[in-house]
Amino acid sequence: MNMIVTPTSPATPNGTTRPQVRIVIVGHVDHGKSTLVGRLLHETGSLPDGKLEMLKAVSARRGMPFEWSFLLDALQTERDQGITIDTTQIRFRTNSRDIVLIDAPGHAEFLRNMITGASQADGAVLIIDALEGVRDQTRRHGYLLHLLGVKQVAIVVNKMDRVDFSAERFKEISDEISAHLNGLGVKPTAVIPISARDGDGVAERTDRIGWYKGPTVVEALDRLEPARALEALALRLPVQAIYKFDDRRIVAGRIESGSLKAGDEIVIMPAGKIAKIKTVESWPLTPVSGRQGAGRSVGITLDRELFIERGDIVAHADTAPRETRRLRARIFWLHDKPLAKGDQLLVRCGPKESRATVVAIEKAVDPGELSSSENKAIGRNHVGEIDISLSNPIATDPYTENPRTGRLVIEVSGRIAGGGLVLSVDAGQRAVPVDIVPVESALRPDERSARYQHNGAVVWLTGLPASGKSTLAKALERRLFSNGGSPILLDGDTLRAGLNSDLGFSAADRSENIRRLAEVATHLARNGHIAIVAAVSPAREDRATARRIADTAFREIHVATPADVCEERDPKGHYKKARAGALASFTGIGNDYEAPQAAELVIDTSTRTIAEAADEIEQMLKTSGVLFDEAVDLAANI
Amino acid sequence: MDHLDQLEAQSIYIFREAFARLKKIALLWSLGKDSNVMIWLARKAFFGKMPFPALHVDTGKKFPEMYRFRDHYGKEWDLDLRVEPCPPIDAVDPTLPPAARSAARKTEGLKMALAKYGFDGLIAGIRRDEEATRAKERVFSPRGLEGNWDVRDQPPEFWDHFNASPPQGAHLRIHPILHWTEADIWAYTKRENIPIIPLYLAKDGKRYRSLGDQDITNPVNSTASTIDEILIELEQTKVPERAGRALDHETEDAFERLRVAGYL
Repeated sequence: MNMIVTPTSPATPNGTTRPQVRIVIVGHVDHGKSTLVGRLLHETGSLPDGKLEMLKAVSARRGMPFEWSFLLDALQTERDQGITIDTTQIRFRTNSRDIVLIDAPGHAEFLRNMITGASQADGAVLIIDALEGVRDQTRRHGYLLHLLGVKQVAIVVNKMDRVDFSAERFKEISDEISAHLNGLGVKPTAVIPISARDGDGVAERTDRIGWYKGPTVVEALDRLEPARALEALALRLPVQAIYKFDDRRIVAGRIESGSLKAGDEIVIMPAGKIAKIKTVESWPLTPVSGRQGAGRSVGITLDRELFIERGDIVAHADTAPRETRRLRARIFWLHDKPLAKGDQLLVRCGPKESRATVVAIEKAVDPGELSSSENKAIGRNHVGEIDISLSNPIATDPYTENPRTGRLVIEVSGRIAGGGLVLSVDAGQRAVPVDIVPVESALRPDERSARYQHNGAVVWLTGLPASGKSTLAKALERRLFSNGGSPILLDGDTLRAGLNSDLGFSAADRSENIRRLAEVATHLARNGHIAIVAAVSPAREDRATARRIADTAFREIHVATPADVCEERDPKGHYKKARAGALASFTGIGNDYEAPQAAELVIDTSTRTIAEAADEIEQMLKTSGVLFDEAVDLAANI
Repeated sequence: MDHLDQLEAQSIYIFREAFARLKKIALLWSLGKDSNVMIWLARKAFFGKMPFPALHVDTGKKFPEMYRFRDHYGKEWDLDLRVEPCPPIDAVDPTLPPAARSAARKTEGLKMALAKYGFDGLIAGIRRDEEATRAKERVFSPRGLEGNWDVRDQPPEFWDHFNASPPQGAHLRIHPILHWTEADIWAYTKRENIPIIPLYLAKDGKRYRSLGDQDITNPVNSTASTIDEILIELEQTKVPERAGRALDHETEDAFERLRVAGYL
């Protein structure tokens, strides 16, 4: 037999309008959370027939007195240990609310489960034992409610029977916890004296608490407001994915705040690109008209082809989020190893992820201690403020401006290790995007391709220094031009002299260098030219970014000349300098070149002539639909 | 947005996260009301066609109506349907009670399918309100190399951020309708006009609330012959949904043992 609480049917079928609120009950271990839950289920008539009798019988069989908390201790393992391990969701009704009750464990060992539960809540009940008073876990949970953004908090002072229902003791605890929460900016909605075991204060103001005039627990729950109104805030649509299942290119995501409709002028952050929403797609009926508001999962198409990727944020141009590589956050930490200055992390803001480095730590404390000293690192189950530097720019908001986008989680080794609120953002230098009005070309792509006899493309030559990329690029350029085409060479070193002169050779600068090359090349390709890029581009991830930007126009060629041949050639003397230690961050003599795994073509220039290599590239461009057959035939006849 | 709109939007968000963050996923199609709602939600998430396989781990002991349903809608919904068999009963832990042992066959069949295709994510239609151990689940729930579930060491999951990095060789279970209830499923099925197997509707005073293998699933007493009547019945009943599932009731911990070993 199962010791489960079977919910009575809780939903609001057929569109009835009872608001649903999700609440969490938190507090120090053994202060009576599970007992209160059991009692609430009983008082609201939510227990299945015979359940109470059955539980009493099971208790008798085990030789234990009956406890209300048995209702929740559904797992065998829990009963063995006598503590609640995880969050269990239970549903019941008050007069005007459907309540989803998330039980969260009080044991310090299971703080990650408390956070998992409490993060889903609209409101919270913080429970305190009248005899023991405010304890470390009470304070810790209070602090976490603040960090999780739970603003409606009711306090219950339980086990009043153990202090003879003393109004004085109640006031003492009420004052202490109210002061603690007020300090965090949380104002309790009620402070209620109860005995969960006997029922006083839960659904009824009994004589024993006759001096108390406030709401009962059930009344307090009945007054909770459902989730915050996010629709009034600025539009934030974080992009989950771009789908091209058919001829539509759909940008998919969930509207976290604000609203949108077809025809809206939008900006894609952090890149700051402007577009208009063409349609709002759906299924089975599509497109949909009318405004789509916060909470909806939507798909939109745009009026122009832009490079957009997962994690970008779609916003309205005049209320765009800030673009940044640096931010400050107040976080809680759940990982065994304390978080220290200099640590490398993975940060997630919605679907956006970025590598990050902790550059400073402040106010690292144990929120359970009354007056704890500040530490240099943030220990497990502790909190603190951190400054982080991000390897990719992200778009975000301070949490005071947007509770949905102003929060982040931190991952260590693929597992969520902490999370918190964005306090402030160091905004980037970007021009205000509202002033940008892209002008589209007067010519259609097919007009150009009819003249050039080819489609636009990005031919990306990657390989070690001195592998022959530039030589090959120039030969290809000459050949395509001779055939009437419009090739344009973009050499990595040449562009570093001008466009990219602000960039060095750190990993972040190399990524930015590649991104700019890819953007310029893609712009040329969209306008019908064949952009030939010759760049070492050693990082696989950077080349993947280039491929995403250029999309179907991308043709990767790995110039795979053996390393010893490259070093022997050394036309610029770089290998010699690097061997002498005079050229830091030089790709070639280390193992830092990540060879492509699925290039469209691989060429070793040590085993063939430049003309033969150019033939192979031309053939590849022909078979992959860049060069038109006629153009190649024409070339053969010259 | 009403209650069903909110549930739908959240499920779509989960589907899209799973598709974006995992390499090779499949949806476990049990042919029941919950997994049919899941397929519907997946088609909404991906604008018409589910872009990954529907996996039916077939015990060979389902009701004939269920097989007819599978063959018909597998085609009509344009599913990439993979039907995988389960091993014979002799291959399953003999210390389990009979019905649980029968259900454990399905776990073995699932492991065989996982080994065959190398999925790193399986989408399953379990709900928190069905059963107490399911209430403890995460939306993205990591499984060990043996497909097992470590309920004591579940990673934290909050603000719709999911742990989506299973260790090499292990997989994740993804639960897009974990937050739905039985009544939600029926109200949504009605609103969206999703096809159902007629066994759910009362005939001669009985209907199935939950469909499993023929030999270990029993109908409940009911006169609800339409979805509207089912919704009214659910408003009043205090009988658990899985009351007709023999395996839940054999011993106090049989179901938990099954789930720890990798059952749904």
